[in-house]
Amino acid sequence: MAGITIPAIYFPEIIISKIESSLQSLGYMDLLSYQDTALHKIDPRAKFITSLFFILTVVSFGKYEISMLMPFVFYPVFLLTAGNIPAGYILKKILYVSPFAFMIGVFNPFFDQNVILHLGNTGISGGWISFISIMLRFALTVSTALALIACTGFNNICFALNRLGAPKIFAVQLLFLYRYIFVMAEEAARMVRARNLRSFNGKGKGIKTYGPLLGNLLLRTINRAERIHLAMICRGFDGNIRIMNKYKFGLRELFFVSGWISLFLIFRFINISQLAGILVTGLFI
Amino acid sequence: MSHHIVQAENLAYTYPDGNKALKNISFLITHGESVAFVGANGAGKSTLLMHLNGHLLPGKGFLRIGDFPLTRETVQNIRRSVGMVFQESDDQLFMPTVYDDVAFGPLNMGLPADIVDGKVKSTLETVGALHLINRPSHRLSGGEKRSVAIATVLSMSPDILVMDEPTSNLDPKARRRLIELLKSFKHTKIIATHDLDMALDLCERTIIIREGEVAADGRSIDILNNKSLLSESNLEKPLRFQGCPVCGA
Repeated sequence: MAGITIPAIYFPEIIISKIESSLQSLGYMDLLSYQDTALHKIDPRAKFITSLFFILTVVSFGKYEISMLMPFVFYPVFLLTAGNIPAGYILKKILYVSPFAFMIGVFNPFFDQNVILHLGNTGISGGWISFISIMLRFALTVSTALALIACTGFNNICFALNRLGAPKIFAVQLLFLYRYIFVMAEEAARMVRARNLRSFNGKGKGIKTYGPLLGNLLLRTINRAERIHLAMICRGFDGNIRIMNKYKFGLRELFFVSGWISLFLIFRFINISQLAGILVTGLFI
Repeated sequence: MSHHIVQAENLAYTYPDGNKALKNISFLITHGESVAFVGANGAGKSTLLMHLNGHLLPGKGFLRIGDFPLTRETVQNIRRSVGMVFQESDDQLFMPTVYDDVAFGPLNMGLPADIVDGKVKSTLETVGALHLINRPSHRLSGGEKRSVAIATVLSMSPDILVMDEPTSNLDPKARRRLIELLKSFKHTKIIATHDLDMALDLCERTIIIREGEVAADGRSIDILNNKSLLSESNLEKPLRFQGCPVCGA
Protein backbone atom coordinates (compact mmCIF):
# COMPACT_ATOMS: atom_id res chain seq x y z
CA MET A 1 0.00 0.00 0.00
CA ALA A 2 1.48 3.24 -1.08
CA GLY A 3 1.12 6.59 0.55
CA ILE A 4 0.66 5.62 4.15
CA THR A 5 0.00 8.69 6.18
CA ILE A 6 1.34 8.69 9.66
CA PRO A 7 -1.05 10.25 12.12
CA ALA A 8 0.24 13.26 13.97
CA ILE A 9 0.33 11.29 17.16
CA TYR A 10 3.55 9.61 16.03
CA PHE A 11 5.32 12.91 16.33
CA PRO A 12 4.98 13.68 19.97
CA GLU A 13 5.64 17.26 20.75
CA ILE A 14 6.31 18.61 24.17
CA ILE A 15 4.29 21.76 24.43
CA ILE A 16 4.69 23.77 27.54
CA SER A 17 2.42 26.74 27.39
CA LYS A 18 3.97 30.17 27.41
CA ILE A 19 2.38 30.90 30.77
CA GLU A 20 4.12 27.95 32.35
CA SER A 21 7.54 28.76 30.95
CA SER A 22 7.39 32.39 32.04
CA LEU A 23 6.22 31.21 35.43
CA GLN A 24 9.23 28.94 35.70
CA SER A 25 11.50 31.81 34.77
CA LEU A 26 9.94 34.05 37.41
CA GLY A 27 10.22 31.20 39.88
CA TYR A 28 13.93 30.96 39.15
CA MET A 29 14.40 34.66 39.87
CA ASP A 30 12.50 34.08 43.09
CA LEU A 31 14.77 31.16 44.02
CA LEU A 32 17.90 33.26 43.43
CA SER A 33 16.68 35.76 46.01
CA TYR A 34 16.64 33.12 48.77
CA GLN A 35 20.39 32.60 48.70
CA ASP A 36 22.45 33.41 51.72
CA THR A 37 25.36 35.54 50.51
CA ALA A 38 26.68 38.59 52.35
CA LEU A 39 24.97 40.75 49.72
CA HIS A 40 21.61 39.08 50.34
CA LYS A 41 21.92 39.89 54.04
CA ILE A 42 22.30 43.64 53.54
CA ASP A 43 19.21 45.68 54.42
CA PRO A 44 17.04 45.96 51.26
CA ARG A 45 16.74 49.70 51.82
CA ALA A 46 20.51 50.13 51.37
CA LYS A 47 20.51 48.18 48.11
CA PHE A 48 17.42 49.98 46.88
CA ILE A 49 18.77 53.48 47.58
CA THR A 50 22.14 52.65 46.03
CA SER A 51 20.58 51.16 42.90
CA LEU A 52 18.19 54.08 42.52
CA PHE A 53 21.10 56.51 42.78
CA PHE A 54 22.99 54.41 40.25
CA ILE A 55 20.13 54.55 37.75
CA LEU A 56 19.63 58.28 38.20
CA THR A 57 23.35 58.94 37.71
CA VAL A 58 23.51 56.78 34.58
CA VAL A 59 20.58 58.55 32.93
CA SER A 60 21.88 61.99 33.88
CA PHE A 61 24.65 62.00 31.24
CA GLY A 62 24.43 63.89 27.97
CA LYS A 63 23.15 62.04 24.92
CA TYR A 64 26.56 61.56 23.25
CA GLU A 65 28.25 60.13 26.33
CA ILE A 66 29.81 56.71 26.05
CA SER A 67 33.23 56.67 27.66
CA MET A 68 32.06 58.00 31.02
CA LEU A 69 29.35 55.33 31.19
CA MET A 70 31.89 52.52 30.96
CA PRO A 71 33.09 52.47 34.60
CA PHE A 72 29.49 52.12 35.77
CA VAL A 73 29.49 48.53 34.63
CA PHE A 74 31.27 47.77 37.92
CA TYR A 75 28.10 48.01 39.98
CA PRO A 76 25.89 45.44 38.15
CA VAL A 77 28.91 43.16 37.82
CA PHE A 78 29.47 43.49 41.58
CA LEU A 79 25.81 42.65 42.30
CA LEU A 80 25.95 39.59 40.04
CA THR A 81 29.21 38.27 41.48
CA ALA A 82 28.61 39.04 45.13
CA GLY A 83 25.02 37.83 44.90
CA ASN A 84 26.02 34.61 43.12
CA ILE A 85 23.61 35.31 40.26
CA PRO A 86 24.27 33.63 36.91
CA ALA A 87 25.15 36.41 34.46
CA GLY A 88 23.84 34.40 31.50
CA TYR A 89 20.34 34.36 32.94
CA ILE A 90 20.32 38.13 33.43
CA LEU A 91 21.82 38.72 29.96
CA LYS A 92 19.07 36.65 28.41
CA LYS A 93 16.44 38.72 30.23
CA ILE A 94 18.11 41.93 28.96
CA LEU A 95 17.96 40.56 25.41
CA TYR A 96 14.25 39.85 25.78
CA VAL A 97 13.43 43.46 26.61
CA SER A 98 16.10 45.04 24.39
CA PRO A 99 13.75 45.61 21.40
CA PHE A 100 12.10 48.43 23.36
CA ALA A 101 15.36 50.35 23.78
CA PHE A 102 16.38 49.41 20.25
CA MET A 103 13.22 50.96 18.80
CA ILE A 104 13.82 54.16 20.76
CA GLY A 105 17.33 54.63 19.44
CA VAL A 106 17.31 52.96 16.04
CA PHE A 107 16.30 56.06 14.07
CA ASN A 108 18.95 58.31 15.62
CA PRO A 109 21.59 57.37 12.98
CA PHE A 110 19.21 58.55 10.21
CA PHE A 111 18.22 61.84 11.78
CA ASP A 112 21.53 62.88 13.29
CA GLN A 113 24.20 62.47 10.60
CA ASN A 114 26.74 65.02 11.85
CA VAL A 115 30.09 63.33 12.06
CA ILE A 116 31.46 63.96 15.52
CA LEU A 117 34.06 61.24 15.86
CA HIS A 118 36.76 59.81 13.61
CA LEU A 119 38.11 56.34 14.03
CA GLY A 120 41.00 56.25 11.57
CA ASN A 121 39.45 57.25 8.26
CA THR A 122 35.88 56.40 9.18
CA GLY A 123 33.68 59.18 10.48
CA ILE A 124 31.05 58.21 13.03
CA SER A 125 27.89 60.27 13.16
CA GLY A 126 26.28 61.65 16.31
CA GLY A 127 23.26 59.43 15.64
CA TRP A 128 25.31 56.27 16.00
CA ILE A 129 26.98 57.57 19.15
CA SER A 130 23.67 58.46 20.79
CA PHE A 131 22.21 55.10 19.72
CA ILE A 132 25.08 53.24 21.38
CA SER A 133 24.73 55.47 24.42
CA ILE A 134 21.02 54.59 24.70
CA MET A 135 21.71 50.87 24.42
CA LEU A 136 24.51 51.12 26.97
CA ARG A 137 22.33 52.97 29.47
CA PHE A 138 19.53 50.51 28.90
CA ALA A 139 21.84 47.55 29.56
CA LEU A 140 23.30 49.17 32.70
CA THR A 141 19.98 50.16 34.28
CA VAL A 142 18.03 47.01 33.40
CA SER A 143 20.79 44.67 34.52
CA THR A 144 21.03 46.58 37.81
CA ALA A 145 17.27 46.43 38.38
CA LEU A 146 17.17 42.69 37.63
CA ALA A 147 20.24 41.99 39.76
CA LEU A 148 18.70 44.02 42.58
CA ILE A 149 15.55 41.87 42.52
CA ALA A 150 17.57 38.66 42.28
CA CYS A 151 19.77 39.54 45.25
CA THR A 152 17.05 41.10 47.42
CA GLY A 153 13.71 39.48 46.63
CA PHE A 154 10.69 41.29 45.31
CA ASN A 155 8.86 41.23 48.63
CA ASN A 156 11.84 42.74 50.44
CA ILE A 157 11.95 45.53 47.89
CA CYS A 158 8.28 46.19 48.65
CA PHE A 159 9.08 46.37 52.38
CA ALA A 160 11.97 48.71 51.61
CA LEU A 161 9.67 50.94 49.55
CA ASN A 162 7.20 50.98 52.40
CA ARG A 163 9.82 51.91 55.00
CA LEU A 164 11.28 54.57 52.75
CA GLY A 165 7.93 56.31 52.75
CA ALA A 166 6.25 55.05 49.56
CA PRO A 167 2.44 55.03 49.92
CA LYS A 168 1.40 51.94 51.85
CA ILE A 169 -1.28 50.96 49.37
CA PHE A 170 1.33 50.84 46.64
CA ALA A 171 3.65 48.55 48.59
CA VAL A 172 0.78 46.30 49.69
CA GLN A 173 -0.56 46.01 46.14
CA LEU A 174 2.86 44.95 44.89
CA LEU A 175 3.21 42.44 47.73
CA PHE A 176 -0.10 40.79 46.93
CA LEU A 177 0.60 40.88 43.22
CA TYR A 178 3.79 38.97 43.82
CA ARG A 179 2.28 36.53 46.30
CA TYR A 180 -0.61 35.56 44.05
CA ILE A 181 0.95 35.83 40.63
CA PHE A 182 2.16 32.24 41.05
CA VAL A 183 -1.25 30.98 42.16
CA MET A 184 -3.12 32.83 39.40
CA ALA A 185 -0.69 31.91 36.65
CA GLU A 186 -0.87 28.26 37.66
CA GLU A 187 -4.63 28.49 37.54
CA ALA A 188 -4.52 30.09 34.08
CA ALA A 189 -2.04 27.46 32.89
CA ARG A 190 -4.34 24.68 34.12
CA MET A 191 -7.29 26.20 32.27
CA VAL A 192 -5.30 26.52 29.07
CA ARG A 193 -4.11 22.92 29.43
CA ALA A 194 -7.69 21.74 29.94
CA ARG A 195 -8.77 23.60 26.82
CA ASN A 196 -5.88 22.25 24.74
CA LEU A 197 -6.69 18.69 25.75
CA ARG A 198 -10.17 19.06 24.32
CA SER A 199 -9.27 21.03 21.17
CA PHE A 200 -8.67 19.10 17.98
CA ASN A 201 -7.60 20.06 14.48
CA GLY A 202 -7.23 23.67 15.47
CA LYS A 203 -10.87 23.83 16.54
CA GLY A 204 -11.49 25.34 19.94
CA LYS A 205 -8.16 27.15 20.13
CA GLY A 206 -9.17 30.35 18.44
CA ILE A 207 -9.85 33.76 19.86
CA LYS A 208 -13.45 32.68 20.48
CA THR A 209 -12.57 30.59 23.51
CA TYR A 210 -10.37 33.29 25.01
CA GLY A 211 -13.31 35.42 26.06
CA PRO A 212 -14.97 32.82 28.27
CA LEU A 213 -11.54 31.67 29.49
CA LEU A 214 -10.57 35.15 30.64
CA GLY A 215 -14.02 35.79 32.08
CA ASN A 216 -13.81 32.58 34.03
CA LEU A 217 -10.35 33.48 35.32
CA LEU A 218 -11.63 36.89 36.42
CA LEU A 219 -14.54 35.34 38.32
CA ARG A 220 -12.23 32.84 40.00
CA THR A 221 -9.90 35.69 40.94
CA ILE A 222 -12.73 37.65 42.49
CA ASN A 223 -13.86 34.61 44.48
CA ARG A 224 -10.34 34.01 45.67
CA ALA A 225 -9.92 37.66 46.61
CA GLU A 226 -13.05 37.40 48.73
CA ARG A 227 -11.74 34.33 50.51
CA ILE A 228 -8.36 35.94 51.13
CA HIS A 229 -10.02 39.06 52.48
CA LEU A 230 -12.06 36.90 54.81
CA ALA A 231 -8.91 35.11 55.97
CA MET A 232 -7.28 38.47 56.65
CA ILE A 233 -10.27 39.79 58.56
CA CYS A 234 -10.33 36.63 60.67
CA ARG A 235 -6.82 37.47 61.79
CA GLY A 236 -7.53 41.03 62.78
CA PHE A 237 -6.78 42.90 59.52
CA ASP A 238 -7.87 46.53 59.85
CA GLY A 239 -6.49 48.06 56.67
CA ASN A 240 -2.90 48.20 57.88
CA ILE A 241 -0.38 45.51 57.07
CA ARG A 242 2.05 45.21 59.93
CA ILE A 243 5.31 43.53 59.12
CA MET A 244 8.11 42.67 61.52
CA ASN A 245 11.36 44.35 60.58
CA LYS A 246 13.96 41.67 60.11
CA TYR A 247 16.71 43.95 58.87
CA LYS A 248 18.72 46.65 60.57
CA PHE A 249 20.20 49.63 58.81
CA GLY A 250 23.58 49.46 60.54
CA LEU A 251 27.18 50.43 59.90
CA ARG A 252 27.54 47.86 57.13
CA GLU A 253 24.61 49.38 55.24
CA LEU A 254 25.98 52.88 55.79
CA PHE A 255 29.33 51.86 54.27
CA PHE A 256 27.59 50.14 51.38
CA VAL A 257 25.48 53.15 50.48
CA SER A 258 28.08 55.84 51.07
CA GLY A 259 30.88 53.85 49.41
CA TRP A 260 28.98 53.17 46.21
CA ILE A 261 27.42 56.62 46.01
CA SER A 262 30.82 58.30 46.33
CA LEU A 263 32.15 55.99 43.63
CA PHE A 264 29.21 56.88 41.35
CA LEU A 265 29.90 60.58 41.95
CA ILE A 266 33.55 60.09 41.00
CA PHE A 267 32.49 58.21 37.85
CA ARG A 268 29.99 60.95 37.09
CA PHE A 269 32.39 63.88 37.22
CA ILE A 270 35.80 62.38 36.37
CA ASN A 271 36.30 60.61 33.05
CA ILE A 272 37.96 57.44 34.33
CA SER A 273 38.04 55.82 30.88
CA GLN A 274 39.95 58.78 29.48
CA LEU A 275 42.37 58.80 32.40
CA ALA A 276 42.97 55.10 31.95
CA GLY A 277 43.51 55.71 28.22
CA ILE A 278 46.03 58.47 28.90
CA LEU A 279 47.79 56.29 31.43
CA VAL A 280 48.08 53.39 29.00
CA THR A 281 49.11 55.50 26.00
CA GLY A 282 51.48 57.47 28.24
CA LEU A 283 53.23 54.27 29.15
CA PHE A 284 53.81 53.31 25.55
CA ILE A 285 54.42 56.64 23.87
CA MET B 1 -12.74 28.11 81.54
CA SER B 2 -16.25 26.83 81.05
CA HIS B 3 -17.16 29.85 78.96
CA HIS B 4 -15.64 28.62 75.68
CA ILE B 5 -18.98 27.41 74.49
CA VAL B 6 -20.65 27.65 71.11
CA GLN B 7 -24.40 27.73 71.22
CA ALA B 8 -26.84 28.02 68.33
CA GLU B 9 -30.55 28.33 68.78
CA ASN B 10 -32.96 28.09 65.84
CA LEU B 11 -30.29 29.58 63.63
CA ALA B 12 -31.51 30.37 60.11
CA TYR B 13 -29.92 32.11 57.18
CA THR B 14 -31.22 32.91 53.70
CA TYR B 15 -28.84 34.18 51.04
CA PRO B 16 -29.84 37.32 49.14
CA ASP B 17 -30.67 35.13 46.12
CA GLY B 18 -33.34 33.34 48.16
CA ASN B 19 -31.35 30.17 48.85
CA LYS B 20 -32.36 29.00 52.34
CA ALA B 21 -29.00 27.62 53.40
CA LEU B 22 -29.76 27.24 57.11
CA LYS B 23 -33.31 26.61 58.26
CA ASN B 24 -33.29 25.65 61.87
CA ILE B 25 -30.03 24.80 63.56
CA SER B 26 -29.64 24.31 67.30
CA PHE B 27 -26.73 22.82 69.21
CA LEU B 28 -24.56 23.45 72.23
CA ILE B 29 -20.85 22.73 72.15
CA THR B 30 -19.09 22.98 75.48
CA HIS B 31 -15.49 23.70 76.38
CA GLY B 32 -12.89 21.25 75.07
CA GLU B 33 -15.32 19.27 72.93
CA SER B 34 -14.40 18.05 69.46
CA VAL B 35 -17.35 18.09 67.11
CA ALA B 36 -17.56 17.03 63.48
CA PHE B 37 -20.10 18.67 61.20
CA VAL B 38 -20.85 16.30 58.36
CA GLY B 39 -23.32 16.48 55.53
CA ALA B 40 -23.70 16.24 51.78
CA ASN B 41 -22.50 18.97 49.44
CA GLY B 42 -24.76 21.99 49.76
CA ALA B 43 -26.19 20.85 53.10
CA GLY B 44 -25.23 24.14 54.74
CA LYS B 45 -21.92 23.30 56.44
CA SER B 46 -19.99 26.15 54.87
CA THR B 47 -22.72 28.67 55.63
CA LEU B 48 -22.66 27.51 59.23
CA LEU B 49 -18.87 27.93 59.41
CA MET B 50 -19.21 31.43 57.96
CA HIS B 51 -21.36 32.25 60.99
CA LEU B 52 -18.82 30.92 63.45
CA ASN B 53 -16.27 33.56 62.45
CA GLY B 54 -18.82 36.30 62.06
CA HIS B 55 -18.58 36.58 58.30
CA LEU B 56 -22.33 36.07 58.13
CA LEU B 57 -24.70 37.24 60.84
CA PRO B 58 -27.70 35.11 61.81
CA GLY B 59 -30.80 35.92 59.75
CA LYS B 60 -33.01 34.44 62.43
CA GLY B 61 -32.25 32.84 65.74
CA PHE B 62 -29.26 33.22 67.95
CA LEU B 63 -25.59 32.25 68.03
CA ARG B 64 -23.40 32.63 71.08
CA ILE B 65 -19.65 32.16 71.00
CA GLY B 66 -17.88 32.32 74.34
CA ASP B 67 -19.30 35.22 76.29
CA PHE B 68 -20.67 37.04 73.28
CA PRO B 69 -23.83 36.72 71.25
CA LEU B 70 -22.88 37.16 67.58
CA THR B 71 -23.80 40.69 66.52
CA ARG B 72 -22.16 43.37 64.43
CA GLU B 73 -20.68 44.91 67.59
CA THR B 74 -19.16 41.75 69.04
CA VAL B 75 -17.68 40.41 65.84
CA GLN B 76 -14.15 41.62 66.62
CA ASN B 77 -14.13 39.89 70.00
CA ILE B 78 -15.47 36.70 68.49
CA ARG B 79 -12.80 36.67 65.81
CA ARG B 80 -10.16 36.84 68.50
CA SER B 81 -11.45 33.74 70.21
CA VAL B 82 -12.24 31.71 67.10
CA GLY B 83 -9.36 30.48 64.93
CA MET B 84 -10.56 29.59 61.46
CA VAL B 85 -8.55 27.27 59.21
CA PHE B 86 -9.68 27.50 55.59
CA GLN B 87 -10.05 24.64 53.19
CA GLU B 88 -7.57 26.07 50.73
CA SER B 89 -4.31 26.96 52.41
CA ASP B 90 -3.32 29.33 49.60
CA ASP B 91 -6.16 31.61 50.67
CA GLN B 92 -4.93 31.61 54.23
CA LEU B 93 -1.24 32.14 53.57
CA PHE B 94 -1.28 35.56 51.97
CA MET B 95 2.00 36.96 53.26
CA PRO B 96 5.29 36.48 51.42
CA THR B 97 7.03 34.30 53.99
CA VAL B 98 5.95 31.78 56.63
CA TYR B 99 7.29 34.04 59.36
CA ASP B 100 5.29 37.06 58.21
CA ASP B 101 2.18 34.94 57.88
CA VAL B 102 2.34 33.52 61.39
CA ALA B 103 3.21 36.95 62.80
CA PHE B 104 0.30 38.65 60.98
CA GLY B 105 -2.41 37.92 63.58
CA PRO B 106 -0.38 38.66 66.73
CA LEU B 107 0.93 41.92 65.22
CA ASN B 108 -2.65 42.98 64.45
CA MET B 109 -3.56 42.21 68.05
CA GLY B 110 -1.00 44.83 69.03
CA LEU B 111 1.51 42.54 70.73
CA PRO B 112 5.06 43.87 71.11
CA ALA B 113 7.68 42.65 68.62
CA ASP B 114 9.67 40.37 70.95
CA ILE B 115 6.55 38.55 72.13
CA VAL B 116 5.37 38.13 68.52
CA ASP B 117 8.76 36.68 67.63
CA GLY B 118 8.53 34.16 70.46
CA LYS B 119 4.97 33.23 69.52
CA VAL B 120 5.86 32.68 65.89
CA LYS B 121 8.67 30.32 66.82
CA SER B 122 6.75 28.40 69.47
CA THR B 123 3.64 27.86 67.31
CA LEU B 124 5.72 26.77 64.34
CA GLU B 125 7.47 24.33 66.65
CA THR B 126 4.10 23.00 67.85
CA VAL B 127 3.00 22.19 64.30
CA GLY B 128 6.46 20.82 63.44
CA ALA B 129 7.24 23.51 60.89
CA LEU B 130 9.96 25.55 62.58
CA HIS B 131 12.40 24.65 59.80
CA LEU B 132 10.11 26.40 57.28
CA ILE B 133 10.21 29.72 59.13
CA ASN B 134 11.96 31.76 56.43
CA ARG B 135 10.52 29.93 53.44
CA PRO B 136 8.18 31.75 51.05
CA SER B 137 4.61 30.53 51.44
CA HIS B 138 4.15 29.71 47.76
CA ARG B 139 7.03 27.25 47.76
CA LEU B 140 5.63 24.87 50.38
CA SER B 141 4.12 21.46 49.73
CA GLY B 142 0.41 20.87 50.42
CA GLY B 143 1.06 19.26 53.80
CA GLU B 144 3.49 22.00 54.83
CA LYS B 145 1.01 24.67 53.78
CA ARG B 146 -1.70 23.08 55.93
CA SER B 147 0.58 22.94 58.98
CA VAL B 148 1.61 26.56 58.54
CA ALA B 149 -2.03 27.60 57.99
CA ILE B 150 -2.85 26.03 61.36
CA ALA B 151 0.12 27.82 62.93
CA THR B 152 -1.12 31.20 61.62
CA VAL B 153 -4.29 30.64 63.61
CA LEU B 154 -2.68 29.08 66.70
CA SER B 155 -0.34 32.05 67.10
CA MET B 156 -3.38 34.13 68.05
CA SER B 157 -4.10 31.73 70.96
CA PRO B 158 -7.72 31.08 70.03
CA ASP B 159 -10.08 29.26 72.39
CA ILE B 160 -12.01 27.59 69.61
CA LEU B 161 -10.58 26.07 66.43
CA VAL B 162 -12.87 25.91 63.41
CA MET B 163 -11.63 23.91 60.46
CA ASP B 164 -13.05 23.42 56.99
CA GLU B 165 -11.96 20.10 55.47
CA PRO B 166 -8.55 20.02 57.17
CA THR B 167 -7.51 16.74 55.53
CA SER B 168 -8.46 17.58 51.94
CA ASN B 169 -5.71 17.24 49.32
CA LEU B 170 -3.23 15.69 51.75
CA ASP B 171 -1.30 12.51 51.09
CA PRO B 172 -2.07 9.69 53.55
CA LYS B 173 1.00 10.29 55.68
CA ALA B 174 0.48 14.05 55.89
CA ARG B 175 -3.17 13.36 56.74
CA ARG B 176 -2.15 11.03 59.57
CA ARG B 177 0.37 13.56 60.91
CA LEU B 178 -2.30 16.26 60.87
CA ILE B 179 -4.75 14.05 62.74
CA GLU B 180 -2.13 13.33 65.43
CA LEU B 181 -1.37 17.05 65.66
CA LEU B 182 -5.02 18.02 66.03
CA LYS B 183 -5.47 15.28 68.62
CA SER B 184 -2.82 16.93 70.78
CA PHE B 185 -4.71 20.25 70.93
CA LYS B 186 -6.86 20.95 73.93
CA HIS B 187 -8.99 23.59 72.18
CA THR B 188 -12.67 23.28 71.46
CA LYS B 189 -12.61 21.92 67.91
CA ILE B 190 -15.29 22.23 65.26
CA ILE B 191 -14.46 20.40 62.05
CA ALA B 192 -16.55 20.39 58.89
CA THR B 193 -15.54 17.41 56.81
CA HIS B 194 -16.33 14.58 54.42
CA ASP B 195 -13.47 12.53 55.81
CA LEU B 196 -15.56 10.44 58.18
CA ASP B 197 -12.63 8.30 59.28
CA MET B 198 -10.92 11.42 60.50
CA ALA B 199 -14.12 12.49 62.23
CA LEU B 200 -14.09 9.13 64.00
CA ASP B 201 -10.46 9.61 65.05
CA LEU B 202 -10.76 13.18 66.26
CA CYS B 203 -14.30 13.91 67.33
CA GLU B 204 -16.26 12.19 70.04
CA ARG B 205 -19.38 13.92 68.76
CA THR B 206 -20.86 14.28 65.27
CA ILE B 207 -23.64 16.53 64.03
CA ILE B 208 -25.20 15.69 60.66
CA ILE B 209 -26.52 18.66 58.73
CA ARG B 210 -29.16 17.91 56.10
CA GLU B 211 -30.81 20.62 54.02
CA GLY B 212 -30.05 23.34 56.53
CA GLU B 213 -31.23 21.42 59.55
CA VAL B 214 -29.66 19.20 62.20
CA ALA B 215 -30.52 15.65 61.17
CA ALA B 216 -28.65 13.96 63.99
CA ASP B 217 -26.48 14.93 66.93
CA GLY B 218 -24.76 12.37 69.11
CA ARG B 219 -21.73 10.18 69.71
CA SER B 220 -19.65 9.75 66.55
CA ILE B 221 -19.35 6.04 67.07
CA ASP B 222 -23.15 5.65 67.05
CA ILE B 223 -23.97 8.10 64.30
CA LEU B 224 -21.24 7.03 61.89
CA ASN B 225 -22.32 3.40 62.30
CA ASN B 226 -25.97 4.09 61.50
CA LYS B 227 -26.27 3.05 57.87
CA SER B 228 -29.81 4.22 57.20
CA LEU B 229 -29.25 7.61 58.81
CA LEU B 230 -26.06 8.17 56.84
CA SER B 231 -27.67 7.03 53.61
CA GLU B 232 -30.59 9.44 54.06
CA SER B 233 -28.02 12.24 54.37
CA ASN B 234 -26.12 11.19 51.22
CA LEU B 235 -23.28 9.83 53.33
CA GLU B 236 -21.62 6.45 53.78
CA LYS B 237 -20.14 4.65 56.73
CA PRO B 238 -16.46 5.43 57.40
CA LEU B 239 -14.23 2.98 55.52
CA ARG B 240 -13.19 1.16 58.67
CA PHE B 241 -16.83 0.38 59.43
CA GLN B 242 -17.29 -1.08 55.97
CA GLY B 243 -16.64 -4.73 55.22
CA CYS B 244 -13.37 -6.21 54.03
CA PRO B 245 -13.22 -5.80 50.22
CA VAL B 246 -11.93 -9.37 49.79
CA CYS B 247 -13.97 -11.50 52.17
CA GLY B 248 -16.80 -9.04 52.86
CA ALA B 249 -16.61 -9.64 56.58
